[in-house]
Amino acid sequence: MLWLTCPNCGRRPVEEFVFGGEVRAESDPILEPDEQDIDLVWMFDNPDGLTTERWFHVAGCGRWTTIRRDTSIDVEVS
Amino acid sequence: MSVPVDSLPPIRWPDRPRSSYDVVIVGGGGHGLSTAYYLATRHQLTNVAVLEADYIVSGNTGRNTTIIRANYGLPEAIRFYQHSLEMYRDLEQEIGAAILHQTRGIVWTAHTETAMRTERARCLVNTACGARTVMISPAELKDVVPQIDLAGGGRYPVLGASHHLDGATARHDRVAWGYAAGASQRGVDILQHTPVTGLVHAGDRVAGVQTPGGPIAAGVVLSAVGGRVTALAAHAGVRLPIRTHPLHAFVTNNYAQELGSIVASTELVCYVSQTERGQMLIGAEFDAQPSYSRQSSFSALRAYAYKMTKLLPFLRELRILRSWAGICDISTDFSPIMGETGVDGFLVTTGWGTWGFKAIPAGGEAMAELIATGRAPALIEPFRLDRFARDHLVADHGSAGTR
Ligand SMILES: Cc1cc2nc3c(=O)[nH]c(=O)nc-3n(C[C@H](O)[C@H](O)[C@H](O)COP(=O)(O)OP(=O)(O)OC[C@H]3O[C@@H](n4cnc5c(N)ncnc54)[C@H](O)[C@@H]3O)c2cc1C
Ligand SMILES: [Zn+2]
Repeated sequence: MLWLTCPNCGRRPVEEFVFGGEVRAESDPILEPDEQDIDLVWMFDNPDGLTTERWFHVAGCGRWTTIRRDTSIDVEVS
Repeated sequence: MSVPVDSLPPIRWPDRPRSSYDVVIVGGGGHGLSTAYYLATRHQLTNVAVLEADYIVSGNTGRNTTIIRANYGLPEAIRFYQHSLEMYRDLEQEIGAAILHQTRGIVWTAHTETAMRTERARCLVNTACGARTVMISPAELKDVVPQIDLAGGGRYPVLGASHHLDGATARHDRVAWGYAAGASQRGVDILQHTPVTGLVHAGDRVAGVQTPGGPIAAGVVLSAVGGRVTALAAHAGVRLPIRTHPLHAFVTNNYAQELGSIVASTELVCYVSQTERGQMLIGAEFDAQPSYSRQSSFSALRAYAYKMTKLLPFLRELRILRSWAGICDISTDFSPIMGETGVDGFLVTTGWGTWGFKAIPAGGEAMAELIATGRAPALIEPFRLDRFARDHLVADHGSAGTR
C-alpha cells in the first residue's frame, strides 16, 4: 500500500489523502491556442515511471503538498 | 508451444511476423482479438497480425470479473452495451467454443433517497433504450437474494434496488481464446512476446510498427493495449484523456449455496458474483492514484471485504483464496474511446477502464467495420476521441462504478 509524506504530519497512509492530479512535464509546445486549451483541460501525461503530483491531506492537516512518485511500482520517491 | 484448451481449435503460432500486413493490431487482449476475428469473418481481411508483448489475454481481459450488463445511464451507452450483451448470448454459436455464459441478473442496491432516485431514473432510461431494468422493493430483493441483510449491517440499510434482468457472466479466457482461434484459423497471425516499441512514420501518417525483431509495415495500426495506451499513442503524437489506475479483485473458496443474482451497489462501489465453480468473486473501486503496478494490496482487500460483508454477512465465513490486479485505461468521462485519432493510419480502441469486458464483441465488430470500410458505424460515433475537443462528452461515471 502507498504511504505519502506530509510535511506537517509525517508519513501517512494514502487513504488520508485526496489525489489532486499530476503536475505536467514540459512537453512539445502546442502553438494553436484552442489546441492548447483542449490539451490543458482533458489530456494527461499519465507516465509509467517518475511523476510529480499534488495531494491534499484531507484527514490530517488539511493542506496541499507536492509529492514525487514512481508509478511503475507505486511508491513515493524523494 | 501450442497448449490445447478443452475443445478449442488450436491456435497457429507463426515463428515470425511477415514484413508487412494490411492491418497490425497491437495488444492481444479481448478487444484486439475480437477485432481481428471480425476483420477475418465479416470483411475477409486476413492479412492481419495481432502483436502481443507478453502472452495473449495476460492483460485486463484475463483479470476481470466478467460482468456483462447494459444498465448504463445514457442512451448512447445503453444501446452500445445492449448490443454487446445480445452478441454475448449467441457467442458460443458464433465462435464454436464453450464460454460458460450465464444470465443471472444484477441487483444494484440503493441506500439513500438520492440513490433511489438515480436507480429509478436508470430503470426509465434503460426501458426506453431497450435494456430490461425494473425497480424492486426490499422484500422483492430478499426473494431474489435471500442471503442479503436488508439492514446492511446497521450501516447501509437497503431502501430498494434496480434489477437488471439480463445481467450475465462468461469465462473471460474462453471468450478471448475463442476469438483468437477463430481469427487464427482464417489466416490472422497471432504473435506473442512481440512488444511494439515504436511506430513507423511515412510523412504525416503511421505506416507500421517497430519491434525488437525489426519494423513491420502496416496499412492501418490499431492500438488495443489496455492500460499502456498513453505511451503507444505518444509515438504517433496523439495525447489522450486517459489515466491508468489499478483495479483489484479477489475470489473466495467455494460457497455451497447459490447466490441468486449478481449483487452490486454503485453507492458503496462494490460488487460480488458467483463463479461457475461456486466461488465468490469480489471487486470494488479502482485505486485513487494512477499507477502501472499490478501488486494487489491488503488495504484494497480490507476495504472491499468490509462493504460486501455488510450486505452479505455469509461472506465472513469464507476465505480469500487469491487476489490480483489489472491496470485500467480510465477515460475522463468514463466512456470508451473508439476510432480515428487525427493521425492517418493510427486508430485506437481504449478507455475500456474497469468496464470493457462486456464490450468485447460489439467493440471488435465496430472497429473491424471502421477499419474495413473507413466509416465508423453509428453505434460508436458518440465515442470518438474528438468528442473532448467538441465538448460532447458521454459522461456516465455513475454507471461505471460497478464494472
Ligand atoms: C480486476 C478487474 C475487474 C474487471 N471487471 C470487469 C467486469 O466485471 N466487467 C467488464 O465489462 N469489465 C471489467 N473489467 C475491465 C476489462 O477487464 C477491460 O476493460 C478489458 O479486458 C479490456 O480489454 P483490452 O483488450 O482493451 O485490454 P487488455 O486485456 O488489457 O489487453 C491489452 C494487451 O495489450 C498488451 N500490450 C500492452 N502494451 C503493448 C505493446 N506495446 N505491444 C504489444 N502488446 C502490448 C498487453 O500485454 C495486453 O495483453 C475489469 C478489469 C479489472 C482489472
Ligand atoms: Zn498533513
